[in-house]
Amino acid sequence: MALLTMTGISKSFFGVPVLADVDLSLAAGEVHAVVGENGAGKSTLMKVLAGVHAPDAGTIEIDGHPVTFGHPSRAQAAGVATIYQELTLLPERTVAENIFLGREPTRHGLIHRAAMDGRTAELLGELAEDSFGPRTPVRTLSVAQQQVVEIVKSLATDARILIMDEPTAALADHEVELLYALVRRLAERGLGILYVSHRLREVFDLSQQITVLKDGRLVTTLRTADTDVDQVVRAMVGRELSAYYPDRATPGEVGRPRLSVNGGRNAKLSGIDLELRAGEVVGVAGLQGSGRTSLARAMFGAGPFTAGEMRVDGAPLRPTAPRQAIHAGIALVTEDRKAEGLALRQTVRDNALLVARATRRKGIAVGDVLERVRLRARGHDQPVRYLSGGNQQKVVIAKWLGMRPKVLIFDEPTRGVDVGAKAAIHDLVRELARDGMAVLIISSELPELIGMSDRVLIMREGSIAGELPAGPSEEDIMRLATGGRTND
Amino acid sequence: MTALAVDIRREGLRRALQAGAPVYLLLAALLVAIAVADPGFFEPDRLLAFAKRSAPLVILAAGQYLVIVSGGYDLSVGSLVTVGVVVAAETFNEFPGAPWPAVVALLLAGGALVGLANGLIVAVLRVPSFIATLGMMLILEGAVFYWTQGSPHGSLPEDFRALGRGNAVGSLPWAVVICLAVGTATVLLMRAAFGRTLLATGDNERAAALAGVRVARIRLAVFTLSGLAAAIAAVLVGGFSGISAQAGRGDEFEAITAVVLGGAALGGGAGSVVAAMAGAFSLQALFTLLNLHGVSGALESTVQGLIVIAAVWLGAVNWSRVRRRPATTTPRGEA
Repeated sequence: MALLTMTGISKSFFGVPVLADVDLSLAAGEVHAVVGENGAGKSTLMKVLAGVHAPDAGTIEIDGHPVTFGHPSRAQAAGVATIYQELTLLPERTVAENIFLGREPTRHGLIHRAAMDGRTAELLGELAEDSFGPRTPVRTLSVAQQQVVEIVKSLATDARILIMDEPTAALADHEVELLYALVRRLAERGLGILYVSHRLREVFDLSQQITVLKDGRLVTTLRTADTDVDQVVRAMVGRELSAYYPDRATPGEVGRPRLSVNGGRNAKLSGIDLELRAGEVVGVAGLQGSGRTSLARAMFGAGPFTAGEMRVDGAPLRPTAPRQAIHAGIALVTEDRKAEGLALRQTVRDNALLVARATRRKGIAVGDVLERVRLRARGHDQPVRYLSGGNQQKVVIAKWLGMRPKVLIFDEPTRGVDVGAKAAIHDLVRELARDGMAVLIISSELPELIGMSDRVLIMREGSIAGELPAGPSEEDIMRLATGGRTND
Repeated sequence: MTALAVDIRREGLRRALQAGAPVYLLLAALLVAIAVADPGFFEPDRLLAFAKRSAPLVILAAGQYLVIVSGGYDLSVGSLVTVGVVVAAETFNEFPGAPWPAVVALLLAGGALVGLANGLIVAVLRVPSFIATLGMMLILEGAVFYWTQGSPHGSLPEDFRALGRGNAVGSLPWAVVICLAVGTATVLLMRAAFGRTLLATGDNERAAALAGVRVARIRLAVFTLSGLAAAIAAVLVGGFSGISAQAGRGDEFEAITAVVLGGAALGGGAGSVVAAMAGAFSLQALFTLLNLHGVSGALESTVQGLIVIAAVWLGAVNWSRVRRRPATTTPRGEA
């Protein structure tokens, strides 16, 4: 009998379906991988199982008994434990204190420290973990070691189902090997493990079953032994390109190099070589955490390169603050519009003029700039927070146009933007490239990236894993992004 | 069509409220109440005397406004006023013939310098402004007490005191002229690129920094201007009430109350400087009214405490939500 059976799970947020009729079953001692593109619904499915979200429809059975979780603590009590991407330990407390947080063993009403430390030592011993002990303060541990603490914490609650959401995202290569060993040991103990990962290599190394989700639906569940990377990648993507995109650049429109990076590196990036030319739209693909945003920020001086050479129109530039990059002609439309792009309570006009004022550029005709981005608003004196997402994004773009940028970087240019505004922004991006700007677009939406880009750079684990010419297939991009090619 | 019109009207009303309209109503109501209690209040001379008495607080409110919309507080201005008065007295004591413009210049430079120090502590050392300026307040208070042994002596010459209590032309007091000048300058500053950038920075510091705004410089400028405003207030207070170690005591909280009454958002990013100054007049009018009704001056701070809490509470209430609340059935936390 299956340890866990999820049947017909559906979930919507604010009327937008995120999961539709998803089935999943997990046996004891099995490692079951859950894969899919960004936004496929993997994390939501896991959160339903962990009791964070209540499903709108569907049933969950553990050992054949139906369960409903109104709260994460109920899921925990039923034996479901989650190791999240972000670690949730208290740095100033010891390993044992973290493991027994909130349910410390007591004696005479006081915490029974010896029992706590003893039980922790036992569990660490079972996992053959001897690099730290029960009394080690968590802040002195590496990320990998902290992960072990999280896992021990779940064992201490007698978990039988362990959800691991991108467990290797923050680990170095040698630590990944240790994690593999740990996962296998846990499976041998009879735990059922749901392993969510973007990295197909890991999935093929560890799992017995692979469930593929796409756009909130179950595509297929495959036995790992009977499939290969190509089949999984095809299942993950394979969507029709239907939307309209503006014409790509003709060879004559692509001009001189405007920005180049040679050997760029910092804590999150390594071996970055790229060249952006006037008139060209270059796309950057990659999974979450692959370093796309870090790359944009490095070029913009917010999280700068620590080594390597960067040039703008031939002149060397080492920006260590956005201001320097801006003065050299680099603009960045950030991924998070509300937190980093706009001063929401200020007017459209004041936001559109923010960069010009900060850089003391006078004589900007704000009306012209806002017309250029085709802003649809009742006036320029209303606070931007009352605008739709699409119009807000246009204001962000307008903010940069006043300084006539040489290089324009878009991080998720159409996130949270309605379809109509999306097309307008795509047209605008192309138009700006035709004006002689070099444009870089980072997007998690592969159709957008493919439709807009004159060539696509694919990032993986902080480096550029490859480059594809105009009109690549989603399969080719995903293969490079997941490192599927190395699985041979 | 009608819905749109209503929408626009509501929008206009909302923006007017945001610009501090309630404070003007409050000020008008207080002035009416004073007129009822004391019909002679509206004679030009007494009205001007009221304005003269209010001037230091109005100037402090303008300075405090700049700090608050940038997202901070300046608690050091009250003790800076005390220091200003005491320094003026001691200077005239040491150099009896000192020309008053030189002493005024000394005070202004000193105030700006203390403000700059506040700014450096906040912007460079990254100490939260509440703590940084609280520390500065205690430092200045202690220094004054140590220096004067608790009772400053000496006197201020007549020509210096004229700024605080004399008239410029006819019956128009210098204090009112200076107050108007400070108000005008602040309004112009807020309409210039500096002011717009300041508001945007107070609203979203990260977005401002990523747009190339030199956030640290803005902080320095704002605290320096607040210190300068405190020094100007010190000149007026010294002239108006003479030397006392009590001069300026509690002024920082009165200034913050005034700005809050004017509808500025604590945490920065929104508010009007004229409304903040109207808030200062309102506070002064309220004290006058209490006085007229024989309420003990000792209760002033109690009243002030109540209204600052009420003003922030009212400012935080989302009115559209309150009105719609009966219609909502979703319990909180369901979404």
